[in-house]
Amino acid sequence: MSKNGAAIQFQDISLERGETLILKGITDTIYKGKITALVGPSGAGKTTLLKLCNGLISPTNGEIIVDQHPITEFEPTTLRRQVGIVLQNAPMIRGSVFDNLALPIKLQRSNLHTEEAISMLNNVGLDESFLTRDAYELSGGQKQKVAIARTLMNRPKILLLDEITSALDPVSKGEIEQLIRKINKEYGVTIIWITHNLQQAKDIGDFIWVMMKGQLVESGDKSIFEHTKNSKVQQFFEGKF
Amino acid sequence: MTYTTLALTLIFVLIPLILSKTLNLGLEKDTLVATVRSIIQLLAVGYVLKFVFDADSYLYMFLMITLMIVAATLNARKKGKAIKGITWKIATTLIIVEVVTQSILLGLNIVPATAQYIIPISGMLIGNSMVLSILFLNRFTAEIEATKDSIELVLSLGGTSKQAIHMQLKSAIRASMIPTIESQKTIGLVQLPGMMSGQIIGGADPVVAVQFQILIIFALLTTAALSSILVGFLSYPTLFNDRLQYIENSTSK
Ligand SMILES: Nc1ncnc2c1ncn2[C@@H]1O[C@H](COP(=O)(O)OP(=O)(O)O)[C@@H](O)[C@H]1O
Ligand SMILES: [Mg+2]
Repeated sequence: MSKNGAAIQFQDISLERGETLILKGITDTIYKGKITALVGPSGAGKTTLLKLCNGLISPTNGEIIVDQHPITEFEPTTLRRQVGIVLQNAPMIRGSVFDNLALPIKLQRSNLHTEEAISMLNNVGLDESFLTRDAYELSGGQKQKVAIARTLMNRPKILLLDEITSALDPVSKGEIEQLIRKINKEYGVTIIWITHNLQQAKDIGDFIWVMMKGQLVESGDKSIFEHTKNSKVQQFFEGKF
Repeated sequence: MTYTTLALTLIFVLIPLILSKTLNLGLEKDTLVATVRSIIQLLAVGYVLKFVFDADSYLYMFLMITLMIVAATLNARKKGKAIKGITWKIATTLIIVEVVTQSILLGLNIVPATAQYIIPISGMLIGNSMVLSILFLNRFTAEIEATKDSIELVLSLGGTSKQAIHMQLKSAIRASMIPTIESQKTIGLVQLPGMMSGQIIGGADPVVAVQFQILIIFALLTTAALSSILVGFLSYPTLFNDRLQYIENSTSK
């Protein structure tokens, strides 16, 4: 794959917090218009890696190149709209579902039209009756759907998803997978998708990245599920972590 | 009042001491320390004030007010230790509060420009400003601790640091101002304010005493609003770096 096929390049990224190394020497490329599934045991540093791409944290060492430009050259606010993230646990702001959907628009001092909010809600499988619901009263799965819709409001070119289907029933999970595939295929949005569900990673990922203890220990296409050279990764695939 | 009669008031110290001892409240030491400190501090202030009033010099007045601001700053900054430069932020706030209120009071000739007026009024307003700064910092840091997720969320969606902290700032400013506003609603009904009571005991016409109390009440509203808003707007930028990232532990350490 040529260089300009890169959406994000990690160049020897590490991140220290106090004494601990949270990320260690990560070097690899996320390809444009593809879905990369990011898997690994809990605490491996997956969430941290996504936050780096959205600019919520900066690496201690190394460089991140987004769309051929060092991440530090972007205005943080511009970067975060282009590289949208759906955070783990789908935090809601106080207010209604509409308030939550309107948040990204309001941050740009503009207003969200009701029709637009409804159509985005429908996209994630919620009907318009949800608009006036108190966001704090939603179930975990409903929050995840609203959080996805909210991030999509910014029309990101790169979409970072952090365990967005963990609280969903199988039907909703299928719907969300379909939606993300559609966004990927129709709008060419590049996607990094953290999941703890290996079957889901197999189903949706064009590429698979495996992280362990702050390192990227394996990456490639789906064939790595069949033959990885790393015995720890093999054990992880066999469900031993 | 003679010092002999004043000494009799120590009975009021004895009562809590005896109660604390009998009920094992363990407050004897604190009560004694508080008693001794208040005697020494107030007597000292009394003599200093007498000296300043007699000298009738603006230099002494200025020094006295500076001292008040320094003492109030050192007291209030303990609450926001982790916030970078909090000492200067609070000092700036107190100075602005003092300058604004005195400019209005003296500029419009509401009170005479003598030490007898300027110093006690400054003391009350600076003291209130200090309490408000502490209330604000307490509330602001607690609010941030409790809502880190939504700060991160707003940032992640492309918000500025001001947008990310707006709710917390507003709610802490409101919460710190509410006691001032609420206490004024019942003032005079439940308790007579200290300054007014003092003036009345000192032999002033109650109506004149009330007029001064009203002046103070109004000035306290300005003080409350200015203090929490100034401390708030001066401190929030230090919670973020120039990449609009929230700095961990910037409010608590
Ligand atoms: N702000 C932080 N300060 C210190 N340690 C952190 C911080 N955020 C995450 N960590 C640590 O970094 C490691 C990776 O966390 P995370 O990226 O959330 O892992 P994952 O998403 O793979 O479960 C964990 O050990 C976690 O405790
Ligand atoms: Mg995680």
